[in-house]
Amino acid sequence: MAQPFDRRRTFCNPPAMSETYAVEAIFGEDRREFVENVPHCLELGMRNVSVGPGTATMMIPYRDDLLGDRARGVVFGGVITTLLDQAGGAATLCSLPELVTIATLDLRVDYLRAAEPGCDLYGMAEVYKRTHSVAFVRGKAWDRDPDDPFAHLTATFMLGSSALEHPLKQVVQEQTS
Amino acid sequence: MSLVDRIPYAKFIGMEVDRDQEGLLCRLPFRDEIVGNARLPAVHGGVIGAFLEMTAFLGLMDEDEGGRVPKPINFSIDYLRSAGAAETRGRAEIVKLGRRIANVRVVAWQDDPERPVAAGIGNFRL
Repeated sequence: MAQPFDRRRTFCNPPAMSETYAVEAIFGEDRREFVENVPHCLELGMRNVSVGPGTATMMIPYRDDLLGDRARGVVFGGVITTLLDQAGGAATLCSLPELVTIATLDLRVDYLRAAEPGCDLYGMAEVYKRTHSVAFVRGKAWDRDPDDPFAHLTATFMLGSSALEHPLKQVVQEQTS
Repeated sequence: MSLVDRIPYAKFIGMEVDRDQEGLLCRLPFRDEIVGNARLPAVHGGVIGAFLEMTAFLGLMDEDEGGRVPKPINFSIDYLRSAGAAETRGRAEIVKLGRRIANVRVVAWQDDPERPVAAGIGNFRL
């Protein structure tokens, strides 16, 4: 039977990505694991709001040094790119049955309106299709209301971009042992 | 005061702007604060994207005689190689400067302009 329409969701419910998820043990809210090993995220003060199956939400607290247009008090668009790239990458990791390294292949942001001055920035991404080598991701960014986003994301991530072990693997192992 | 000093975010990522015979040359010196992957190390993809968008923005500001502040409509980035521990450089090419809309293409590279690390294209409202 078709899912009833839920207006709280901007996107259609993505299909389940997998039977099991490699990082399921760290699904939840405020998961620092998704920002603390990324120097630039620490520099931005970025925080994880939550992660779940194939989805992630991140937040950057408002600060004046991220402005692109000082006169209008508007944060530079590229900050949104970083927020949504990080959310997209985290969503991709959260969609995998087995952890591999990932890399952003391409990313497009549509700026629907300017972010409101003085507001914290939220970014959410979800994987809507995953193949053996690519995750297809969409997302959005908002300031006050998730149903009134100021930016929209379309991105693809390459899976298995290097032979290195993903650092989250150890985190998950510690969590489950 | 240089163009970059007036834009807080450009200072935040440590961008610098030079001018040569080909026009504006934007530079992003490597610093630990812009790293996304510390093991490689590699500059954060978001910072590379923001650098490309800022390069496009500054290129437009430089080209447009009306002194209008361009507002981004959308920006698209292709990541071609990982950006390692070296200075990243970028140059914008104004594809179209219309009455209301501008289209700008940007390429970023590190050691060799023939081996770009990322390419971007965006539309701006003027």
